[in-house]
This record gives sequence, structure tokens and C-alpha cells, in this order.
Amino acid sequence: MRKDSFTLFLVFPSIILSIILFFPVINLLATTSATQYIEAFLDTEVRLAIFLSLFTATLTTILAVILGVPFAYILARKNFPFKSIVDSLVDLPILIPHTVAGIALLTLFGPRALIGSMLKNFGLIFTGTIYGIVLAQFFVSAPLLIKTTKEVLLKIDERFIKAARTLGASPRNIFLDIELPLSARGILTGAILCWARAISEFGAVIILAYYPYTAPVLIYIRFETWGLSASKSISALLLLVTLSIFILLKCIEKKR
Amino acid sequence: MLEIIGLTKKVPGFSLKNITFSVTNEYFVILGPSGAGKTMLLESIAGLRKIDSGRIILNNRDITNLPPEKRNIGFVFQEYALFPHMKVHENIAYGLKVRGVNREERKRKVAEIAKLLEITNTLDKYPNELSGGEKQRVALARALILNPQALLLDEPLSALDAPLRKELRVELRRIHRQFNIPTIHVTHDQIEAFSLADRIGVMNNGELLEIGTPNEIFNSPKTLFVAKFIGFENIFHGKVVEASNGISKIKVDNQIIYAAGEYKGDVIVALRPENIIIMLNKASTSARNVLEGKILDIIDETHVVRILVNTGITFKVIITKNALYKMGLKPGQRVYIAFKASSVKIF
Repeated sequence: MRKDSFTLFLVFPSIILSIILFFPVINLLATTSATQYIEAFLDTEVRLAIFLSLFTATLTTILAVILGVPFAYILARKNFPFKSIVDSLVDLPILIPHTVAGIALLTLFGPRALIGSMLKNFGLIFTGTIYGIVLAQFFVSAPLLIKTTKEVLLKIDERFIKAARTLGASPRNIFLDIELPLSARGILTGAILCWARAISEFGAVIILAYYPYTAPVLIYIRFETWGLSASKSISALLLLVTLSIFILLKCIEKKR
Repeated sequence: MLEIIGLTKKVPGFSLKNITFSVTNEYFVILGPSGAGKTMLLESIAGLRKIDSGRIILNNRDITNLPPEKRNIGFVFQEYALFPHMKVHENIAYGLKVRGVNREERKRKVAEIAKLLEITNTLDKYPNELSGGEKQRVALARALILNPQALLLDEPLSALDAPLRKELRVELRRIHRQFNIPTIHVTHDQIEAFSLADRIGVMNNGELLEIGTPNEIFNSPKTLFVAKFIGFENIFHGKVVEASNGISKIKVDNQIIYAAGEYKGDVIVALRPENIIIMLNKASTSARNVLEGKILDIIDETHVVRILVNTGITFKVIITKNALYKMGLKPGQRVYIAFKASSVKIF
């Protein structure tokens, strides 16, 4: 009897949680008919928006890996003044409201702002451009990659590194031959998280680049102008595409 | 020859204190409990840690301030630290590769050392496919392929189970004979130390307490810590009441114990449990010390039994199982214990 009530105590909240977390997604996919998927897909604007989202998120992720892995390495391996502050600052973009993130970015990278005005001379304009989309996505998603990478680097057995040193490896050798291969899987996990987060970003993106439409922005616009049923099929399609890619990436990650 | 002179290293809460010793082309074992600073000492010698003061000399070359890769010292880590993502041959060749040795030469040298260590059939495997013994040999091969001038082994046998450990002790001696370089092997295991070492250094709490041949350390430890650590389990505080003719008469509680040597004042008496014999009667014995007591407890320890005998003070005695059955000893029984004055160590 006691055991049963305990089971109930565990199961009941889990059912409610599942209804809130999983059911909406499944419901969205399931209640959209094949014709609706096809209709959405045949809509050029929708196709362009989904492609733009996938493209910018991929660009963001590549950029995050290039800039984030060295940064994560420094956080994991080096000591410097105010390290703990820098360490917690990495979390900040994840914590703040994304509209705030957008405003903050605009304040620095806007066409008349400090950095934005300088970069404008090189043709880098962050408002209403792909650059703006990538910047906004990068701001909110790169921290996920940095954190994951830092964690896997810290988890590498110090003895591997010491062993490599006694065998004559330079820090560069150790990074390329030992640390990078041993953390590759973790970096991949981080990249997948980063990519998924970049695709889903709406708040920061819409403030920097209302146009060209990424999929989340287009969905919002269709919802605002034509209502729920018009935005639902696009939502389902975006969900289907990203979910498929996400599962595919996860499979690759598992295989390694 | 590897010489360590006045090596000192402080980290928060611990320090290596003024460690000095030298190792010729011998097998030198550093024995000490965990937390003694053994690994830190090895890592300092290898250059993986900067030292605060002192000097490290290898074959007349001062290597104190050289980075690890310039020291030419081989290091075998605890649990071997083989790179899990590289095959055995890549592991072994790694040191050559970072030194820019070409592929042909690497292949030739790997084959050569693999043959020597009898691991040729493992070369295409990954470390996680190897047995404990194979891993050890691969770790040795990886270090030895660079022709180091000294070899450091950090608890090389602790990752293995007992029967294999015994086998690989022999193996380590063989490899040492073959390469004939100063070798420092760090362990907390006395059996390992006594069966492998040409000389032993006993370490505790960041200090190298004594250095000697296994015989010297085993029979005449110079410090109480070493005595306790290598099995002098009967330790009593006493006072010398008389000393003459090379014998001291020592009062421990209300008991008298005779020890070889003339001492005075307060002393600590130490005695190995296996140096005490148990007798049913007060038979004639050449042993100077004969005490009557009662058996408190008999503790089984597979090959032997440990018997606690209270004579007013409690002695730990180790006898064979055979002797136990022959004498039919039981807890509560009254017996005599006897030990030689020369078995008693005084500190």
C-alpha cells in the first residue's frame, strides 16, 4: 500500500509534466495533415525562411566552434585575473531575456553604435541582414558550446596530458593530438546544442533583423496577420525539419 | 646516475621537505603510505612540477630548470595513462612522432621494442582491448623507446590483481636489467618494495626518512615510523631501569622487557609479531624474554593467524595455522610468549 502511494506520487506529476512538455509537440505534428505540410512546403516564402534559419544556424555554429573552442580551452586550462567573473559572464547570455539581448547587441553593433559604425566601413551591417541574424543567434547559443567544451576538457584525465609532456609533446601537440580528439565528442554535443538553440532563437533575431525572415520570425508574422491555422502548418514543418536534423546529428554523435 | 639534492616544494597544505638521494643504475623503490608525497616527488623529478629549491642532476647534467621534454626521463603513470584514442603502435611511437622522427624509422623502432617486450601481437589494438599486464608493457615501451636516461614508475602494479602483480614484479626486474638505467619505482606496498628493490627509501609526510637495502630497512629501521610501517606492530612506551653488559632492562607498565643494547631514560620498544613464539609450558628457551599471559583473541589471516596475548600489556603474535592447530590454542587459554632481546628494537 505504501509502495503504491509512493508510485502514485512519482507517476502523477510525471503525467502532468508530459502533457505540458511533450504533448504539444506531438499534437502539432500529428494534427497537421500531409496536404498542409505540402502546402507549407510549396510556399516559397516558407521554404526560404526555413532555409535561412538552417543556413544561419549552421554558420553560427561554425563560428561558435572556431571562436568558442579556444576560449573554452583558456577557461579550462589557464589561470588569469578575474577568471571566475569571466566564467560566470559566459552564462549571462543564456539567462537574460532575449529581447534584452537584442537591444544590447543593437546598442553596440547598430549602424550608428560604437562597433557597428566601424564595421559598416567594411560592409558589415547588422541590422536587417544575415550578419545580424548570425550575430543574434551567436550571442544566445555560443555559450552552450563554450560551456560543454570547457566541461569535457576539464574531464580529460590529467595523466594523459602529463604522459604526453614526458614524451616530449609541446602544448600545441597536446592540444591537437590529445585534448582535441578526446573532447571531440563533447564539442560535437556542444555544437548540436548550439545549432538547435540558434535555430530556435526569435527574440534577439527579430530586434536585429526583422527581415530577411528566419522561420521563427515568419511564423510570428503569419500568426499576427493571418492567425493560428495559417502559422500552424509552417510551425509543424519547421519542427519536422529541425527535429529530423537534430535526431540525425544525435545518431552521428552516438556513433562516434 | 640521478641525483636529487635538497628538493623542496610547497603546495597549500603539503610540502616536500629537503629531499636528497641519488640513484645509480639500480632499482630504487620509494615506499610510503598514500599522501606521503611520492607522486609529487616523481612529477618534480620529471619536470611536471616546478620545484621551489634544490637541484636535480642526471648523468652530470643539471636538469633542474629544464622542461619535461628536455630531461630525457621516462615516466610510467599509475594506471598507465595510455592514450585511449590511439592504437598501441601509435601510443608507443608518440614520443618519436612529436620529435619529428620519420614514419619508416618509427615503424622500425616500434617493432624492435615491441619484440623486446613481447607485445608485437597487440600493436593494432586499442588500449581498452589490452589486459593489465599488456597495458603495463605498452606503457613501458612508450617510455623506453625514447632511450631515457632514467625511468620513473608511479605505482606501476597497483592497477593489477594479486597473481599478476607477482608475475609482473619479475618482469620489471628483467626489463630493468635489460635497460640498466636509474629506475625509481614508487609504491605503498611493502612486499613490492622488498621483492624488487636494490635499495629502498621510506617516505612519509613529504620527508624521505631513511634509505637502505631491503635488509637494512627490514631488520634495523632507524625511525619509529619506518618500524611501524614495515610491520613492527608491538609498540610500547617504557623506561630503562638498568643497562649493563649490552642488555637493557626496560619497564613497560608492570612488565620487564629485555632488549639488546644499552639505553637510558624513556624509550619506545618495538617488536615484530612474527618474532614472538607461543609456548604452552614455560619450557627452556634461549629467548631472554618469557612472559605469561592469556589469549584474548585469535584472528584468521589466511596463511597465518594473529593472536592477541595479554600479559598485562597486549602483544600481537603471528604464528602459522599449523602451529595453531598443533597447540590447540583457544581464546581465554593461558600461555607463555617468548622473544629474543635482539628482536627488540629501541627508539
